[in-house]
Amino acid sequence: MTAAAATAGKSALAQLAVRRTRRNLVADGAMAVASGAALLLVLASLGVILFDIVRNGTPHLSWAFITEAPRDGMTAGGIFPAIIGMLEMVILMTLAGVPVGVATAIYLHEYSSPTSRLTRTIRIAVANLAGVPSIVFGLFGLGFFVQFLGAGIDKAFFHGEKVYGQPALIWAALTMAVLTLPVVIVATEEALRAVPQELREASLALGATKFQTVMHVVVPQAAPGILTGTILAVSRGAGEVAPILFTGAAYFLPQLPKHLSSQFMSPSYHVYVLSTQSPDVDATKPILYATVLVLLGLTFTLNMAAVIVRARMRRQHAGVA
Amino acid sequence: MAREKSRSAQTTAPPIRPPKLTLAPAPLWHRAAEWMLRCLAVSAVVAIVLILVFIAKEAAPIFYSAAVRAEVTLSKMWVPQLWPGYDESASIWQPVSDIPKFGIWPLIVGTVKVTVVAMVVAVPLGVGAALYVSQYARPGVREILKPIVELLAGIPSVVLGFFALMVMATWFQDLFHLESRLNALVSGVALSFAVIPVIFTLAEEALRAVPRSYVEASTALGAARWQTTLRVVLPAASPGIAAGVALGLGRAVGETMIVLMASGNAAIVSANLADSARTIAATIAAELAEVVFGGSHYTVLFFLGTLLFLTTFCINTIGDWAIRRMKIRLGGMA
Repeated sequence: MTAAAATAGKSALAQLAVRRTRRNLVADGAMAVASGAALLLVLASLGVILFDIVRNGTPHLSWAFITEAPRDGMTAGGIFPAIIGMLEMVILMTLAGVPVGVATAIYLHEYSSPTSRLTRTIRIAVANLAGVPSIVFGLFGLGFFVQFLGAGIDKAFFHGEKVYGQPALIWAALTMAVLTLPVVIVATEEALRAVPQELREASLALGATKFQTVMHVVVPQAAPGILTGTILAVSRGAGEVAPILFTGAAYFLPQLPKHLSSQFMSPSYHVYVLSTQSPDVDATKPILYATVLVLLGLTFTLNMAAVIVRARMRRQHAGVA
Repeated sequence: MAREKSRSAQTTAPPIRPPKLTLAPAPLWHRAAEWMLRCLAVSAVVAIVLILVFIAKEAAPIFYSAAVRAEVTLSKMWVPQLWPGYDESASIWQPVSDIPKFGIWPLIVGTVKVTVVAMVVAVPLGVGAALYVSQYARPGVREILKPIVELLAGIPSVVLGFFALMVMATWFQDLFHLESRLNALVSGVALSFAVIPVIFTLAEEALRAVPRSYVEASTALGAARWQTTLRVVLPAASPGIAAGVALGLGRAVGETMIVLMASGNAAIVSANLADSARTIAATIAAELAEVVFGGSHYTVLFFLGTLLFLTTFCINTIGDWAIRRMKIRLGGMA
């Protein structure tokens, strides 16, 4: 019996060893190569996109391109009004959206019990809001802000004259604020989670009220996270087109937007219209590429800034804890 | 938290009663501010309800308005009709013609076609890249690779659409000798660039959250590395990967600008990937600017929007559920 068992064990071991040396080496290598190839392909695509845009965009890029208005039916001049329009929209969006997002995150993390029905409902709503297609936000902006709120304001204050009941800067900004709300909430909550519990306890032990603790201890500690969320929201807002299609973006305006009810130009919308509706693609191509480069440079810079702020925050908290 | 601790201290130390600890009394305005916080926190819920209510409200006339129903009803949208001048009944999308036709099947076929192409490209690449970064790359390299892949998520979709339209379309046409420059294949592949970072981020997170003890146990049982990866790590991370795929699918179905710019937008029922395709999202974006407010075309576009909202809502709810399941599973077992 013992001899038979020993042979069986020996052969099993031997089999194992054989499997390790031949087939497994090949299989191990194949898996590393296959997954590495997938990564390489993704990185290469990214590289090709960036290379093409930088190579074709830089020749036309100049200080004048950023500070001049378009001329000669968009075949010459710059994109100054589009940059200003985007800045105004993004600032309004931040003012409207970030405080709400931060308040939501503070309530979720500092006040509510994680198992309460309200908390769960809010969390599900935030997750789903992040997944709503951007074109649906465009429909919502048109149906709610322009047609309902805007037309309502006109009826109440302007005797039915069309002032706010049409696509406008403020409606595009508010639509974008709703779209970027989840970005701010998620980033702020992540930062709140990283604030050590001891700090809260120390503050409460010193006699501070809950609200004082949150406002003077927790939120200042989480400030980099709030900043990260804001930067990401701005980057998203600057790049999206679908939500502003029907809520306020215009292809060409002779004047800069001066009112909340004005329409505005935006580099992202500019790219869309120039590349799909231009009668002479070859004439506008250099401008188009330069606009794409500006847009891409802006969003990349913002995203990099967010990554750096977040990394510094993590290191800081790692030091505290 | 502090209050609970003081209570438990009272119950466990009977002989000497420690002074009763209470929080400092909050002034009234603190409570008012906290109440404000609570109100603002509901805004996300309010937003999602308002979105549904206001797009459904604009789509509702399709059910009751006689003027709208004279041109389009649900059955006219979904059931192929025998249009004058055609030999057999067909589902046709021609909203701007003498007899407006709102057959929805060309749009659904287009959406499915483009989405399938995008997912077929994005799932292997996203999961593969996540596998490499989480299992094979050294920690230092990983910290560099991860943000670079996630840069892809930072490219605005209009830029991806632009690149597909100007550059990729020409490459694909030369490479595959395609008849139409803009087609389902080009737009699907371009769309995959938007989907890959979604899948990659969630899959990488899930793969890295698999406890070391699983891998050690598997190795101790004599499994080779590939066996451990295929039969232990991947199955353990599968809810997270599934979540990434679901959220990526939601993104693909709803993405507008890439498809609008690169798919050619011809509303035809065709299984051929080399043919042009028109998706639901792109249709809304392309047509809403030129419709009469409150007319039948306007109503139908909002109906399509409601459809899109509900579809992505379901997909995302499944994805969200998978994420929570993953957290429970890994949290409970580790």
